Amino acid sequence: MRASGTRTLLLAAFAFAAAPAAAQTSQFEKYQKMVGEDSPAELFVLVGADLWRKKQGPKKASLEKCDLGKGPGVVKGAYAALPRYFKDSNQVMDAESRILYCMETLQGRSRKDALKRPFGNADKPSEMEYLDAFVASQSDGYKMTPGMSHPQEKRAYELGKALFFARTGLYDFSCASCHGEAGKRIRMSDLPVLSEPGPARAAMSTWPAYRVSNSQMKTMQWRINNCYRQMRTPEPDWGSEVVNSMITYLTVNAKGATYAGPGTKR
Amino acid sequence: MAGPMKARARMQGNYADVRVLMSHPMETGQRKGRDGKPIPKHFIQNLEVRLNGKTVIEGEISQAVSRNPVFSFRIGGAKAGDKIEISWTDNNGDTNKTETAVA
Repeated sequence: MRASGTRTLLLAAFAFAAAPAAAQTSQFEKYQKMVGEDSPAELFVLVGADLWRKKQGPKKASLEKCDLGKGPGVVKGAYAALPRYFKDSNQVMDAESRILYCMETLQGRSRKDALKRPFGNADKPSEMEYLDAFVASQSDGYKMTPGMSHPQEKRAYELGKALFFARTGLYDFSCASCHGEAGKRIRMSDLPVLSEPGPARAAMSTWPAYRVSNSQMKTMQWRINNCYRQMRTPEPDWGSEVVNSMITYLTVNAKGATYAGPGTKR
Repeated sequence: MAGPMKARARMQGNYADVRVLMSHPMETGQRKGRDGKPIPKHFIQNLEVRLNGKTVIEGEISQAVSRNPVFSFRIGGAKAGDKIEISWTDNNGDTNKTETAVA
């Protein structure tokens, strides 16, 4: 009796949550499909591919020998297998941190120089935005398999999870304040429950993404940075343990998704 | 300096569905820069689509079109293997072009 009562209650709760969301979602989904079919994201991929092969830095080297986790020079499928632990840097790194690592090691650029301008604008996108779009495009269709076995990867996941639910800052917000409950939205954008595999997959398999509303390619490092800005916390450092752990947590939640980026957003 | 341009064309029944992506700032002339001065207008004015060398679409577009515009056209009478060339000219006289074959 008790079990059956619980099930009825759960079903009722689900129907209640799903009904109003469905009517609003369809228009937004239609719009997303329309802008996603042929997207300026592809233009960023083309420029990124050229930058990948361009000889730069004190060592006059390209990034073509960069080891993104699949061995030196292998870009195919690499993005979908990140973040993961790298022995050479003794860190869990996402795609962008790894690209930066290659700029430092292969091209001989200083971290300061390579990070002078990680986030671009519509008039002048950043080098990292182009490169991240290119690397991501080479994983289109691959299953997402972030690192989950190394103790450091487990630690990053746990730290990311703790950060996701930790309330902080002027507004006493956590990520879960917006992304912890189904049926929430900001303006016309649905807010995915990123602690759940379903919504996490849909979100994580389509970043980095071209933003139609401001004509810019946005990366995961930017996404996390900007979420913290919206929560009015101090700005997290680019590629820091906080940001990379958050990306690890979100990507592990999305594991098994078929990667389909770079995507296109509102 | 013109950024990249990319086109693809596919047969859809009896017409070719052509999609083209182009990089362009499409400045309206209405915006002000950080120095408070208006940013000069800079936008694509003319668009031309040729099918096997013959002009099939000529378009005049304006500042109302977004940055990095995406266009799609349907060209009747095209067949697989046909060459499609797309070019634009902006108000500064700069041009760019790309071509693709109908798949």
